[in-house]
Amino acid sequence: MSRVKGGVSWRNTPPGTVTFGASAMEVETGLWRSMRPVLDLEKCVSCLKCWVQCPDASIMTDEDARVCGINEYFCKGCGVCQAVCPAGAISMRPESDFSDCGKVCEPDKVMQLVKNTGMVGELVGS
Amino acid sequence: MSGVRLKDLVGKKNPLTEGHRMCPGCGAPTELRQAFMGIDDPVVVVGATGCLEVSSTVYPYSAWRVPFMHVAFENAAAAISGVVAAHSVLAERGTAKKNIKFVAFGGDGGTYDIGLQALSGALERGHDFTYICYNNQGYMNTGAQRSSATPRGANATTSPAGSVLGGKLQRAKNMTEIAAAHDIPYVAQTTLHNPADLISKVRRAVETPGPAFVNVLVPCALFWKIATCDQVKICKLAADTRFWPIYEVIEGRHALSYTPRTPLPLEEFLKAQGRYSHLFRAGAERADIVAQAQKDIDDDWEKLLRKCS
Repeated sequence: MSRVKGGVSWRNTPPGTVTFGASAMEVETGLWRSMRPVLDLEKCVSCLKCWVQCPDASIMTDEDARVCGINEYFCKGCGVCQAVCPAGAISMRPESDFSDCGKVCEPDKVMQLVKNTGMVGELVGS
Repeated sequence: MSGVRLKDLVGKKNPLTEGHRMCPGCGAPTELRQAFMGIDDPVVVVGATGCLEVSSTVYPYSAWRVPFMHVAFENAAAAISGVVAAHSVLAERGTAKKNIKFVAFGGDGGTYDIGLQALSGALERGHDFTYICYNNQGYMNTGAQRSSATPRGANATTSPAGSVLGGKLQRAKNMTEIAAAHDIPYVAQTTLHNPADLISKVRRAVETPGPAFVNVLVPCALFWKIATCDQVKICKLAADTRFWPIYEVIEGRHALSYTPRTPLPLEEFLKAQGRYSHLFRAGAERADIVAQAQKDIDDDWEKLLRKCS
């Protein structure tokens, strides 16, 4: 049942699935942002309220489980972190205030990913 | 609620990664991330069609670190039943780990409406899985059509507010009680304003042998018409106005997890959202709908208190 002509079995047939997990980590959702959260580490008390409420897991923590920054590659700028911060350590500022506003993603990350896995390249290749 | 320290959860990799394409300020990824914080064992996830499923699996990307299966709108619970059954065979043969946890999630459309029959069947058969509903009270992925979770008076594209009708005419159905009526070991209802509560409820749900159902109210910034930063504030209002009681049903026994010290009038919850703005428009106020909605939640609260006593 599992064997077909040419010695190909269902076990080595490339599946019609996304077989590489966590590949969305390649996607720079930070490009959506119009307001940028700015963290003042002097005021931050590391209560982790922003960390637990961030929809995009963009609050970075160090090995001592203390808040150490905001991951601008993923942060979509919703402002939940500022709203829940009891210490007033986060302020939202327009992206246009920053010189690196609108930075772009490295090109062809999708194709690179596909090439690396060697599984579905023919299906989505140009 | 004891036993949850955020500090202890920081180092764990979450099954749901960054880079998913949910809207800024959406409550659903927050909810699932918090839910997974309560699970220590390896996990297999099945997702019904909905915002979270399409946005976390945009081809060829996947925002899942764990085995994830997407099935049709109606059959997340049926699919997880099959996965659980297959796993039990493999575990018996010794070819799969024994301590795997099974989680199915669906939005309110995939849970209250389209997936209800499959969910009811799976709860009745008693498979060992946890079903998490992220309830944003409408078909938000396709543009805010009404669902049976949409509350009375809310504006939805298929029950639009206008000069005659004031949004949805009917009240939302009580899915948590429908799940509890299956006499399953664990049912809970919560929202996002208290992560420790959500995390501990999911922990209890996955550790309970047999089916468990957790219904979580999550704001949809886009169609509830709230600021993207307001998800926590809105969830707190939902709990404090008793619009969304926080409680659990353990082995058929109801227990309140949170009682607002001084319950706020429902208006505070309604006025904070654009989907109810037609009820408060100057010169065309619909106090009758607000009063009816208040009566709905007062009646529900009374019923709940009777069950808790």
